[in-house]
Amino acid sequence: MNLSEYIKLALRALRTNKVRAILTMLGIIIGVSSVILLVSIGTGLQEYVTTQFQSLGANTIFVMPGKIDLKNMQSAGTSMMTVSKLEVSDIEDIQRGSSVVAFASPAVAGAGIITYRGKTISTELAGIWENYFQIMNFTAESGDLIRQSDVERTRKVIVLGDKPATDLFGDSDPVGSYVSLGGVRYLVKGRLAAKGSGGAMGANIDDHAFIPYTTALRQFNQSKPYMIVVKTLSQADVEQASVDINRVLLRRLKEDDFTVMKQTDLLNTITQFLSVITVALGGIAAISLLVGGIGIMNIMLVSVTERTREIGLRKAVGATPRDILAQFLIEAIILSLFGGIIGIIIGALGSLALNAVIKTYITPWSVMLASGFSALIGIIFGVAPAIRASKLDPIEALRYE
Amino acid sequence: MPEEILRITHIAKEYRMDGVVFTALSDVSLTIRKGEFTAIMGPSGSGKSTLMHIIGCLDRPTAGSVFIENHKIAMSSEQELAKIRNEHIGFVFQQFNLLRRTSALANVELPLVYAHIPAKARKEKALAMLAEVGLQDKTDNFPSQLSGGQQQRVAIARALVTNPTIILADEPTGNLDSKSGAEILQLFENLHTKGATIILVTHDEHVAAHAKRVIRLADGVIVSDKKGK
Ligand SMILES: Nc1ncnc2c1ncn2[C@@H]1O[C@H](COP(=O)(O)OP(=O)(O)OP(=O)(O)O)[C@@H](O)[C@H]1O
Ligand SMILES: [Mg+2]
Repeated sequence: MNLSEYIKLALRALRTNKVRAILTMLGIIIGVSSVILLVSIGTGLQEYVTTQFQSLGANTIFVMPGKIDLKNMQSAGTSMMTVSKLEVSDIEDIQRGSSVVAFASPAVAGAGIITYRGKTISTELAGIWENYFQIMNFTAESGDLIRQSDVERTRKVIVLGDKPATDLFGDSDPVGSYVSLGGVRYLVKGRLAAKGSGGAMGANIDDHAFIPYTTALRQFNQSKPYMIVVKTLSQADVEQASVDINRVLLRRLKEDDFTVMKQTDLLNTITQFLSVITVALGGIAAISLLVGGIGIMNIMLVSVTERTREIGLRKAVGATPRDILAQFLIEAIILSLFGGIIGIIIGALGSLALNAVIKTYITPWSVMLASGFSALIGIIFGVAPAIRASKLDPIEALRYE
Repeated sequence: MPEEILRITHIAKEYRMDGVVFTALSDVSLTIRKGEFTAIMGPSGSGKSTLMHIIGCLDRPTAGSVFIENHKIAMSSEQELAKIRNEHIGFVFQQFNLLRRTSALANVELPLVYAHIPAKARKEKALAMLAEVGLQDKTDNFPSQLSGGQQQRVAIARALVTNPTIILADEPTGNLDSKSGAEILQLFENLHTKGATIILVTHDEHVAAHAKRVIRLADGVIVSDKKGK
């Protein structure tokens, strides 16, 4: 018997028990579609983070308080609580100590509850220098950015990112209006051009507001910068600059007091972290594929038992054990392969539908993995019932009731 | 004398159940020549079916050998046994044993599928064989849409379609009323006149009268072997 005969035979057998075949496939369908969907979400997240970081510029360095081990993300959380030992004077030292540093700005951050005409929103508020906007590639859409003179005079002015501006003012120009920040009146000096690529996650980078560094210290009741942001002359200088910054800061501080984080380090760490999540999500989904496989084995065992007489008869008219083995194995493979194909289609459709909310990317490897895995499951879980069928004794099988 | 097509020598079959050995056949030898129509008779439990299964290479004897066309069958190889069943044996069972939800035509084609005959030739042969047993109008019927006699004819067509060396029928009329039973017997009679070699198991002396040779079994041994007319 050749392959096409076996396939025809398997299709006929599956057709005679359609409902059962579909229910059996359901396990595989759910497994495959969730692998594809979850991996596409994970991959979308990675793509998103990567583009966001690139829009910040690859020649940015962050100096953070405390020791942050990027290889071991656990300590990242604790750094938030570390008391900063950085000083504004460090900025001057850094600029003097390195020939490749273009700009540097301190930053102090806090939650910004902004009220305008009874409307209140919450955004990330940061106190910064004029330089900050150049470092982060922010430009004003209307009005002006925070200037160094604002910092020197501790002016109560605010520059709104695209999201808080839109949330508070809609389409109208906020420049010149006054907003309230924790009961203090701030003049809106400018509105930033949108940077994010849209979507639910995309708003993040635009969900910021900025006030002068000195004003922020007073507003948040702080005395030290939470972070120093540095931009090098070019991307090639990042390595040199981080060495320089380390050297300069070690004159005053201890090794554990600060961390020089390059944009690329951060990006690598986050993408690494996200790819672990992606694989983990895929792995969890793969478990449901496994469950689907067990479902196939179960049904094939039932099917072999039900068709014992058929197997006996086939053997009586000349089917070899190999013929019987192939018949049942191919039936199992077709079940799981069909389930796999339907699962891929559903997973892809689901991922496309989700695209409206979260960026998703259907990766070839997840499709290949899912379809290969489902065929493999057909073989692995189909082989035991098929072997059992092929070993049946013809006389006993024919007598089976 | 016509050529010998089947010979079994010193066949024994023992069943072991819970350590107790039961001898279903002991030291059975016989030779079948081309064109012979043989009936096997004997009381229930005498080993008729057991003997037929061994002759048909469906079961292995505990001792002894089976020769088909002077070729000794290697009982150890499932592969070879399947090939012998496919090429040399046409088995007709008491319970018809047709595949459910499978047309008469597809049932008859089944042995040809395992003989690697291409689909077109398969269909032609099966249709011709169904016509020969008088079922040319019922080729697309499922077994459930056929009478017992018709079902047994499909089974006979299936047994004949490979043009086997020998046709084995184990109580083929056992499940049929006397009228369809008689029709089936007539069918075997016709096959015999066309030169087919047939072994038929029956309880019915009437049926046995159709045969040219009657072998009687009792308690797993041959007690008589008469060649008539
Ligand atoms: N698988 C088996 N295990 C144990 N004993 C068996 C088995 N198959 C057959 N036997 C025994 O072997 C003996 C012969 O059985 P067989 O089926 O050949 O009888 P038979 O002559 O065909 O009877 P009947 O006319 O009722 O069909 C019986 O006593 C039966 O109980
Ligand atoms: Mg019997």
